[in-house]
Amino acid sequence: MLDSKIPSGSIEKKWTERKFENKLVNPANRRKHTIIVVGTGLAGASAAASLAEQGYKVKVFTYHESPRRAHSIAAQGGINAAKNYQNDGDSVQRLFYDTIKGGDYRAREANVYRLAEVSVNIIDQCVAQGVPFAREYGGTLTNRSFGGTQVSRTFYAKGQTGQQLLLGAYSGLMRQVAEKTVELFSRHEMLDLIIRDGKARGIVTRNLVNGDITSHTGDAVLLATGGYGNVFFLSTNAKASNTTAAWRAYKRGAYMANPCFTQIHPTCIPVSGEHQSKLTLMSESLRNDGRVWVPQKTGDNRNALEIPEEERDYFLERMYPAFGNLVPRDVASRAAKRMCDEGRGVGSSKLAVYLDFAESINRMGEAKVREKYGNLFQMYEKITDENPYKVPMRIFPAVHYVMGGLWVDYDLMSNIPGLFVLGEANFSDHGANRLGASALMQGLADGYFIAPYSVGNYIGLQKLAAIKSDDDSVKATTQAVKDRLEGFKKIKGNQSAETLHRKLGKIMWDHCGMARNEKGLKEAISQIKTLKEEFWNTLWVPQNDHCLSSEIEKAGRVADFIELGELMCLDALERKESCGGHFREEMQTPEGETLRDDANFSHVAAWEFMGDKPKLHKEALTFEFAHIAQRNYK
Amino acid sequence: MKLKLKIWRQEGPSSPGKFVDYDMDHVSPDMSFLEMLDVLNVGLVKKGETPVEFDHDCREGICGSCALMINGNAHGPETGTATCQLHMRRFKDGDSVIIEPWRAKAFPVIKDLATDRTAFDRIMAAGGFISTNTGNAPEANSILIGHDTAESAMDSAACIGCGACVAACKNSSAMLFVSAKVSHLAQLPQGHPERAKRVRGMVTQMDNEGFGNCSNTGACEAACPKEIKLENITRLNREMVRAVFKD
Ligand SMILES: Cc1cc2nc3c(=O)[nH]c(=O)nc-3n(C[C@H](O)[C@H](O)[C@H](O)COP(=O)(O)OP(=O)(O)OC[C@H]3O[C@@H](n4cnc5c(N)ncnc54)[C@H](O)[C@@H]3O)c2cc1C
Ligand code: SF4
Ligand code: FES
Repeated sequence: MLDSKIPSGSIEKKWTERKFENKLVNPANRRKHTIIVVGTGLAGASAAASLAEQGYKVKVFTYHESPRRAHSIAAQGGINAAKNYQNDGDSVQRLFYDTIKGGDYRAREANVYRLAEVSVNIIDQCVAQGVPFAREYGGTLTNRSFGGTQVSRTFYAKGQTGQQLLLGAYSGLMRQVAEKTVELFSRHEMLDLIIRDGKARGIVTRNLVNGDITSHTGDAVLLATGGYGNVFFLSTNAKASNTTAAWRAYKRGAYMANPCFTQIHPTCIPVSGEHQSKLTLMSESLRNDGRVWVPQKTGDNRNALEIPEEERDYFLERMYPAFGNLVPRDVASRAAKRMCDEGRGVGSSKLAVYLDFAESINRMGEAKVREKYGNLFQMYEKITDENPYKVPMRIFPAVHYVMGGLWVDYDLMSNIPGLFVLGEANFSDHGANRLGASALMQGLADGYFIAPYSVGNYIGLQKLAAIKSDDDSVKATTQAVKDRLEGFKKIKGNQSAETLHRKLGKIMWDHCGMARNEKGLKEAISQIKTLKEEFWNTLWVPQNDHCLSSEIEKAGRVADFIELGELMCLDALERKESCGGHFREEMQTPEGETLRDDANFSHVAAWEFMGDKPKLHKEALTFEFAHIAQRNYK
Repeated sequence: MKLKLKIWRQEGPSSPGKFVDYDMDHVSPDMSFLEMLDVLNVGLVKKGETPVEFDHDCREGICGSCALMINGNAHGPETGTATCQLHMRRFKDGDSVIIEPWRAKAFPVIKDLATDRTAFDRIMAAGGFISTNTGNAPEANSILIGHDTAESAMDSAACIGCGACVAACKNSSAMLFVSAKVSHLAQLPQGHPERAKRVRGMVTQMDNEGFGNCSNTGACEAACPKEIKLENITRLNREMVRAVFKD
């Protein structure tokens, strides 16, 4: 059993206790410690800026051209915090409880409580930085609702909340760059992790502009490298989002936890053709004012406006009267899939349902709807050439987020000492399903308020010997990266990494997507093994790797995605229960809802790399504070 | 539909570049412009030719990575649209399409259509922030900001840092970008203590990076995918005057 190092004591006091127990590092000594941060999304930028403010020497890496381009920029809807500004009964305890329940009781209680606790500080911090959150006329902050909750606790900046939060964190980071406490390496991709004496001591990177492979060493390594939803090829993630940093750490011994826990978001723009390169999210906030429906009759080919009210089935409102259109994402996605499986899907592909704003436009007027959602409506129109103020949007579920990620303890440290994992890259807080507006909260909680404490404690406890650039561990890891690149060049096939990636995506979506079963998962594992061979026999990359080359970048990422895909299927196969986004068809209630098996699966599955046969470690999940129950949104 | 592409190819920062012609057959009107380039690249790989490099990531108009000059227009023919949001339905069968990188001294070409826009990061480091350390923020609602002020600050803050304003300007001025950040922070009370220092720092850095002067042609506003308004430049100028009087 894995030890998550949760402090003892009552849940309200655990974090305060831990902060007090932590070792402190004398401010004058902090300058002597180099911290490596990989990633400049919300988690990475906030951690790097905060650690630099504390006085550490920070080196920050991103494959992006600028830290501001990290994928967090694309988050639309909002960020949760238990401020209870709306006086609607919200509290730290309620946010904690909603998150645990939303995650279908597969998250670690102590972490989630802490997340809810620090959520209030995040809003203060962001406002101080100048994040232009939406306001009431009286000047106070305003809120909206998100799925899986019955209170209004989501803060937002139009439909660009992620952008504004990231620009806030980025501005804090650039201030430290100007102060020379942070050294910024943009267009640098981490390709391996350096371990010495069992501890994480550095990384090996490729300079994406000129191809140089170099090593960087320090006292701790923080991975804030985002999620791996692109293993499905089509997802709402940015094109370059990938698993390489996490996967390389896994291959060096870090455990990968609950890799099969994937979030399929109910409201995305449906696929339009073979050429499709990514999917676009329509923020969950739209479900506040939009109503989801399909025709009552199967095979109804009339266009939406011709279908009279009484022949429409507002299926979420019908099936879940208490939460209606605001049920959690996994529940809404499965319901939409069921409608399409019944032959009631809409649009030319029949793989879509309507999200209709007619009623809200009637109620509050088009101008108000435009103020709340204008940029989303515009985005929809650009892609589909349809005007959502006039005709209902067509939406369908798509891969959006991964709850799985590298295993971390309460201090966000992986099983490799000195390797910390933050943001979407870790597995910690969302269990088997994440509630909307909680990823931004978690990324910033990790970066601003948790890592600065736990990294300091780690540094305070260590007596690390200096590590030189000619150390054996550094040389060997650097050489391994070079050999792998040469390996890609030697294949000299005729397929682009992208073509192979699309094939992987199809296998994953068909067998490890919204519904999974034993036969399909076994089939997927065997198909992925074949695809892996195909990759290593038919890949083409340019021979010149001393310049900007997306083909070389993609080759490494797709090779890692293929291996990860196999582990995800294995994890899904082993978890013989349904919970949150993990729906095993064999395990469901008579109404088609998820059926957990708490007796056998109330654990985190953490996988250790062992060549062909990964080894499963378990961390038991116990619930002392939240009352464990079957989820019910009816 | 069929298209004739003329694409700028350049091997590296110091190599000379040239236009190369490519014929595209089966372009679907539902494709995005970048998906059309993806199809071109997959085809080039099949033939063992080096694909065309271009920056992109989110493909939904928010990260500011994509940056193509299309038939002489920054981000193409449509207003309020980033390159990645442009769809092929805006083109006709048989069209010729010229595709170039941003052209500006401060944005050197890295390869083909990808340029180096880190000058923007350095401008941000020169003052585009509020100096507040993690942990010492006051309670959020203790700072009251009127609804309209917040909305207006948000409109300025919507800039994605793509650089189209620079590419569209005959002087390669970065005024619209810089003014968007200056006016975002100048409109908010939190931004006031550092407003003079901020505007001076950012404008000085902008000049040092080799961006040109603003001669008020408005080409930047027309090209901006986020419809950042010229009034931001007016605000920046006011901030500059204020900063001078403060000295
Ligand atoms: C379209 C969309 C909308 C969303 N909307 C919301 C929302 O409204 N509310 C909400 O709470 N959540 C939302 N989410 C989820 C949320 O945006 C993400 O989970 C979160 O932003 C992830 O932040 P991060 O800091 O962990 O990683 P990211 O922002 O993905 O950053 C990863 C960073 O790591 C770097 N990196 C990765 N690998 C390497 C490597 N090998 N070498 C060097 N650098 C590397 C990247 O360059 C980047 O800087 C949304 C997600 C999507 C896709
Ligand atoms: S002002 Fe507009 S064109 Fe200029 S960088 Fe910002 S978003 Fe791009
Ligand atoms: S790719 Fe992100 S704005 Fe175009």
